[in-house]
Amino acid sequence: MNTPSNLKYTKSDEWFDPATGAAGITDYAQNQLSDIVFVEILVEEGEEVSVGKAIASVESVKASSEIYAPAAGKVSAVNKGLSDKPETLNSDPYGEGWMIKIEGGAAGEVMDAAGYETYCEGRSH
Amino acid sequence: MTYIPISPAERDAMLKTVGVKSLDDLFEAVPAKHRFPELNLPPALTEMEAAAQLGEMASTNENVREHLISFLGAGAYHHYVPSVVDHMLRRGEFYTAYTPYQPEISQGTLQAIFEYQSLMTNLTGMEVSNASHYDGATAAAEAVNLAFAQFRGKRKKLVLSPAVNPQYREVIRTYTQGMGVDTAGDDAENHDDGPEALIPLIDESTMMVTVQYPDFFGRIYDYTDLINAAHEKGALVCVVANPTALVMLKTPGEMGADIVVGEAQPFGIPLWYGGPYLGFFTTKKSYVHKMAGRLVGETVDVRGNRSYVLTLTAREQHIKRERATSNICTNQGLLALCASVYMSTLGKQGLQEVANLCYQKAHYAAAELSKIDGFGLCHTEPYFHEFVLCCPKPASEVNQYLLDNGILGGYDLGKDYPDMQNHLLVAVTEMNSRDEIDTLVEILKEM
Amino acid sequence: MANIIEPTIFELSSPGRRGVTMPASDVPVAALPPKELLRSELPLPELAEVDVVRHYMILSKFNYSVDEGFYPLGSCTMKYNPKINEDTCRLPGFLFTHPLQPIETVQGNLVLMYEMQEWLKEISGFAGVTLQPAAGAHGEFTGVLMMAAYHKLRGDTKRTKMLIPDAAHGTNPASVGMLGMQVVTIPSDSRGNVDLEKLKAACDDTVVGMMLTNPNTLGMFDEHIEEVVKLVKDCGGLMYGDGANLNALLGIVRPGDLGFDVMHFNLHKTFSVPHGGGGPGSGPVGVSQRLVDFLPSPLVGIVEEGDDEMAPLYGFVTPKNSIGRMKAFHGHFGGGLVRAYTYIAMHGPDGLKDIAQYAVLNANYLQARLRDTYHIPFDRICMHEFVMEGQFEGSDVRALDISKRLMDYNFHPPTNYFPLIVHEALMIEPTETENKDTLDRFADVLIKIAEEAKTQPDLLHNAPITTQFGRMDEVKAARELVLCCWLPENYEQLV
Repeated sequence: MNTPSNLKYTKSDEWFDPATGAAGITDYAQNQLSDIVFVEILVEEGEEVSVGKAIASVESVKASSEIYAPAAGKVSAVNKGLSDKPETLNSDPYGEGWMIKIEGGAAGEVMDAAGYETYCEGRSH
Repeated sequence: MTYIPISPAERDAMLKTVGVKSLDDLFEAVPAKHRFPELNLPPALTEMEAAAQLGEMASTNENVREHLISFLGAGAYHHYVPSVVDHMLRRGEFYTAYTPYQPEISQGTLQAIFEYQSLMTNLTGMEVSNASHYDGATAAAEAVNLAFAQFRGKRKKLVLSPAVNPQYREVIRTYTQGMGVDTAGDDAENHDDGPEALIPLIDESTMMVTVQYPDFFGRIYDYTDLINAAHEKGALVCVVANPTALVMLKTPGEMGADIVVGEAQPFGIPLWYGGPYLGFFTTKKSYVHKMAGRLVGETVDVRGNRSYVLTLTAREQHIKRERATSNICTNQGLLALCASVYMSTLGKQGLQEVANLCYQKAHYAAAELSKIDGFGLCHTEPYFHEFVLCCPKPASEVNQYLLDNGILGGYDLGKDYPDMQNHLLVAVTEMNSRDEIDTLVEILKEM
Repeated sequence: MANIIEPTIFELSSPGRRGVTMPASDVPVAALPPKELLRSELPLPELAEVDVVRHYMILSKFNYSVDEGFYPLGSCTMKYNPKINEDTCRLPGFLFTHPLQPIETVQGNLVLMYEMQEWLKEISGFAGVTLQPAAGAHGEFTGVLMMAAYHKLRGDTKRTKMLIPDAAHGTNPASVGMLGMQVVTIPSDSRGNVDLEKLKAACDDTVVGMMLTNPNTLGMFDEHIEEVVKLVKDCGGLMYGDGANLNALLGIVRPGDLGFDVMHFNLHKTFSVPHGGGGPGSGPVGVSQRLVDFLPSPLVGIVEEGDDEMAPLYGFVTPKNSIGRMKAFHGHFGGGLVRAYTYIAMHGPDGLKDIAQYAVLNANYLQARLRDTYHIPFDRICMHEFVMEGQFEGSDVRALDISKRLMDYNFHPPTNYFPLIVHEALMIEPTETENKDTLDRFADVLIKIAEEAKTQPDLLHNAPITTQFGRMDEVKAARELVLCCWLPENYEQLV
């Protein structure tokens, strides 16, 4: 499982980059969902989001999940290319698979990489 | 009559394996005071007796094949069904199978649905069809659900033409009563208005415009301008279409419609006193993820065989649960097969013959009826196989007089449009011979 | 290039070939509408009748069906569909009646519908029944609309929460979602019952009601059903019963007597209407006295009382506070109600009870035979179905592999991965129309497959191998989205 150390993580499997404001789903999440076939970003640029607000909806061959804002603030960018290439979420969840950027983002309850890894291990049994 | 294939000796052996003494002992979790109620139902019949009883009930009806000459349509149409259709439907391999969740042993159903989807998209001029809905009315309501989901509830206005089938409008109202939808245009008094009257109602809060083609009164309009106007405001347009008419007419797809739905009962499904019928639902590829209902897609199996599976299932209720666009689970599988066999057996030319006969006979009937003193066509727009006849008396009286003479008249429009008491909606199909039409005219002349 | 076993109906088309032809017109020629209103082309197949028959016959042979073998699909009640139903529903008096005919001309249909309403009321213990809903999920939506309308009419507007057990069918929360209510999930306890403590904590004056499947999707009759109903009612909520599992209750207990307010019937499960490869279903809804005024319109009623000489006149009536119309016309009359009516008429009260008793016996017999080989997480006397785990300690074989391997032995697999609360669930519902030999063969095969899972797991991973088609690439289907085909001559311009 890939868990970059510069990112923060939520219990609902989103990541948040405090340096850039970018957010997306974790490697663990993409692996659980398996082959992702549809992504819909539910927020627009300029919109204010609060922690826990649904920002995207993701569907795979077997499952469906809502993605929640890991931080509060103004949406400064949306990854528009994602809807044409939803498989990017499987191949590069922390890079090309970023979903939105939250400006001035105040993170909600988040874990560091080590904490998130322990949390995921605890769930796999 | 019983269909339980277990002998008393086998039953006793099975009870022993389970570890209980009697069948009744299996139900101890059921509260004792409510256990084993006496059901007050008629005693069991044998197959022979049931067949006789049902036969008697059915023969109490006056039907449109043996007793009545029919000019009644208004959403359900009497057409000829080629013999092949029912022979295929009676294959136990089709009708006793379940939803094709195990594709390896359900390719018959899956390929048949894939072909049905293809037949419907080619007919409507759209890109995608689902595996069907309960009927035309619920398909029209599901189109509103799609629009609501597409705008994520931010647009709540539905512009609904008063010339959409009144039952469909009722069903849309029932379906949307918890969604806070604001409906405009749906006013029975405005029945004479054309589609241009709807344009001023479309604004930035409009999620969808719903019209019918040909409309409930049989009128054929080109909706291109209306659709362009709706698209300028960002709204979707749903066209409720008659499939037989689509064989002849410009497709809603060519006009730019976003969703085309309708009742496919005219394609090989018996009148059956109203159901089960077949709601078709076609749309553009860009809305496929918001579309409700099952969907079959092409793929390959591990052996390299072209094959078909239910696809994009994560849209549906069994995975998406309360976030799904709709709770729909079953489709009208067997009736989708029915429509496919009907369309295939008649083929392109046979369907064109059906459409042409409907058109020609309706126009003959309209011409002859309007020659009778006091009767006339109410509209001047082109029509297909249904038209409104203005009568010198209330339509209810005209219908009663016709019924006394063995004719099922048209639909009494006064039931839904209070100022149309003297208006009769008349449908003519390939089943109506010239003699029947002439009889109708003669009887009305004598009235 | 994929190998094509049977071409599509479009690929079989050949321009100019004719199937069924129509008679020539017997009326003078009328001018067609203006050209701008006509379609330019009709890209549909052209075939001879024999082409069509062979094509669909070949397709039919790709299907597994109840007529061919055992179909123990949990929650779907795949019982045998009596052939007589196929004849009664095609009687000309039923086939050729228009839904808008004057009621005087269709008294046969209306009597059948009226009696069906009465019979379903008697079977379920409810005060009113609508036959209109087209399927189970449609009936559920109808029921939830009535529950919402009931509270709304009383001015009780703060009720927005629906309580749904974790073992529920997905249609339950989806129906609630269509009305914008919130779902509150109630967990199950260790015996597969509703967790009473958790339920108690969730019950307050914001509850619309509870949607409960009983027996639940684990096949368990809730041992505290009366307490569950009481808790929900004491907080002012209504009880919804998912009737998907009614086959276990015929003549055993009536949901209305247990205090349920509303329940949908699945005529295509309980009353032998064939499943048709996914439909049509038929989903009448029964309600208690306090909801009868909210039923969809119209219902069938007596509109003129009869006397010694005249039979009563049956027609349509609209309930006072009706939620409105759920579909066009009157429900799935021909394909649904006539078949179910025939079936109930042939069974009578004792026959219906036999159905439930033998459905439950068959499920318990299979459970007893498989208990030592497969782990059954909620192991007690079950109702018409039970759920076992399709996994073994130290093996990477999954429920899906076991299901696919069953096909090699010519059985339809059970329901997989449902209910969600059991790992690798295999949900088995044999129904009452299977004999002991079939059940024994099925149990023997499952025991053999468990052995194969240990000794030759690849047999399971690669299954099925004896069927005409192997496992499908579902990812390709979802990513490439080929959802329809065209005539070969139109392919290039359209793709």
